Amino acid sequence: MYAQMVKTDTTSVKTREEMSAEERAFQDRVDADIKIEAKDWMPENYRKTLIRQISQHAHSEIVGQLPEANWLTRAPTLERKAILLAKIQDEAGHGLYLYCAAETLGVSRDELTEQLLTGKAKYSSIFNYPTLTWADVGTIGWLVDGAAIMNQVPLQRCSFGPYSRAMIRVCKEESFHQRQGYDALMKMCLKGTAAQKAMCQDAFNRWWWPSLMMFGPPDKESVHSAQSMAWKIKLNSNDELRQKFVDQTVPQAEYLGLEIPDPNLSWNEERGHYDFGEIDWSELFSVVRGDGPCNRERLAARRKAWDDGAWFREGLMAHAEKKSARKDTQKNAA
Amino acid sequence: MGEWPLWEVFIRGQHGGNHRHVGSLHAPDAEKAVMNARDVYTRRNEGVSIWVVRATDITASAPGEKGPLFEPSNSKVYRHPTFFDIPDDVGAM
Amino acid sequence: MSSEDPLFDYTLRLGDSCIVLAQRISEWVGHAPILEEDIGIANIALDLVGQGRLWLDLAGEIEGQGRDADALAYHRDAGAYRNHLLTEQPNGDFGQTIMRQFLFDAWYLPLLKGLSQSNDSRVAAIAEKAAKEASYHHARHTDLVISLGDGTEESHDRMQAALDVLWPYTGEMLTADKIDGTLCEAGTAPDLAGIEQVWNDHVSKTLTAATLTQPESNFMQSGGKAGRHSEHLGFLLAEMQFLQRAYPDAVW
Repeated sequence: MYAQMVKTDTTSVKTREEMSAEERAFQDRVDADIKIEAKDWMPENYRKTLIRQISQHAHSEIVGQLPEANWLTRAPTLERKAILLAKIQDEAGHGLYLYCAAETLGVSRDELTEQLLTGKAKYSSIFNYPTLTWADVGTIGWLVDGAAIMNQVPLQRCSFGPYSRAMIRVCKEESFHQRQGYDALMKMCLKGTAAQKAMCQDAFNRWWWPSLMMFGPPDKESVHSAQSMAWKIKLNSNDELRQKFVDQTVPQAEYLGLEIPDPNLSWNEERGHYDFGEIDWSELFSVVRGDGPCNRERLAARRKAWDDGAWFREGLMAHAEKKSARKDTQKNAA
Repeated sequence: MGEWPLWEVFIRGQHGGNHRHVGSLHAPDAEKAVMNARDVYTRRNEGVSIWVVRATDITASAPGEKGPLFEPSNSKVYRHPTFFDIPDDVGAM
Repeated sequence: MSSEDPLFDYTLRLGDSCIVLAQRISEWVGHAPILEEDIGIANIALDLVGQGRLWLDLAGEIEGQGRDADALAYHRDAGAYRNHLLTEQPNGDFGQTIMRQFLFDAWYLPLLKGLSQSNDSRVAAIAEKAAKEASYHHARHTDLVISLGDGTEESHDRMQAALDVLWPYTGEMLTADKIDGTLCEAGTAPDLAGIEQVWNDHVSKTLTAATLTQPESNFMQSGGKAGRHSEHLGFLLAEMQFLQRAYPDAVW
């Protein structure tokens, strides 16, 4: 997901007996679905885990601008260009809401940015794949935003107030993202030329498996999930969401006339779900480690934007300080 | 040089009502905070009026005092109109 | 060009300038100095794409050959583009981009206000809608030019350098040619002499507040309005038109 494999700094979930009185009261509130607010008492690990999770989510939105922006100047029509501009702008907005939610926990956006740029903080593995054709842009909207929505909808109910409110805003705005992607693919697959259909199939082949990896490692290897779920900052298991995603996506692919690049995919009548093939987890771990096709380019682009923009940020701050000093002088003179 | 300060943003929507807190953002000064708020928080025609306040200028009630501050109003049920039974015969009230 | 109507060329100038500027600004998306600016600059690009479509659709209507905004944007080579040279200038640093937008807005906003009084109701309607967006751009970029000019020593120097680079491209917008003259006489477009005065006042007031120095040279480049462009436009269009050119029968 946009936040994958978030560490909780805990080895096991505490029983009620092991909890302090404060921890018990906290857990009771979480269990009763009463939102935790920034100034409320919270376990230190809850705070740290949330900062990690929310900032990872924010970083993903920010880095996530890049693969799509790669095609912004080559969008095939003025309308598609406007739609893509609006979509990428929303991603930046979502990153902003999320950074603000993290900041309520006592960390600054500059610190979080520093963690991203030094590679200390992670962002979703999915944005380390290249966008090679225009069909990739549609495919990202359809698959990547589709997967993100699947995770973000339940997060609207998460235990931390500022995160939950940010998610409500994000979900409200994001409903058009997946649709615009699918709409672009419908046009190409159903009304387009053979070359366009081939372009879509190629994009689908490349994005299918990485999209399934977005949900994170299988539940049996997901060591931090139990604690995050007890804290209600993770509401569904990785495998549960992944299955839901596959079930939802297969008919959509069929409608487009696209072939799913998995020979083992088949409908399982008994389970009422699609069975699908083994995911190559070594690929996910290597991308998360920094060795994906575009990790270095993505970080380099963000670093360049940040470094090249330093004079701009400083210039505006200096002007604001001058202006406020002038105002003070005027006030004192009056 | 330090980070741009954090501002809290309040917006009044199309249909009147109070300004409501919608989120925060960073800006070097108040004028730019208003412009940034326009760009960040009214992309979908959400507002007709924007207030910005520096986050550090907000004084909040302490969470520990939640009991003393807010629970007393729980017992003042007579403040709610449904507390009073008015006979149907007297018409709308 | 395939229309004798001077309004065809005139609307192309407006539409092409919007589309080319939007294309330039799009290059910043994801790479701006701070998140708030990524969002702000994308709004400017969105407004300009929208206005560009309206102007080009009108140009196509005037031409009467069945070309819409996309046909005009994606299937003309540089020589048929009528945008002002200023709009195709490369982004440079973020300050240079802001300066380019400021110099453009200072001309475009008063022009739109004039055009909203046009005796051609189609022109007046687009201008009135665009003027609302352009006033915000105008205010935003004026404020940024003042703040960066009167910011740090580095931001001041960068803004001065940007102004010096872009200055020679401002004259073309303010100098009337035959098309401007004809449409002004017909009551379709405002007199550029009046626009120039408003432009001068606003630019000189802003530069003073920004502690920037107006370049002394009177040398001005020209040609964009007649289809003679700088070397930059060819590359910009090659990128923008790539898909339409590479897949001529495709639908998007």
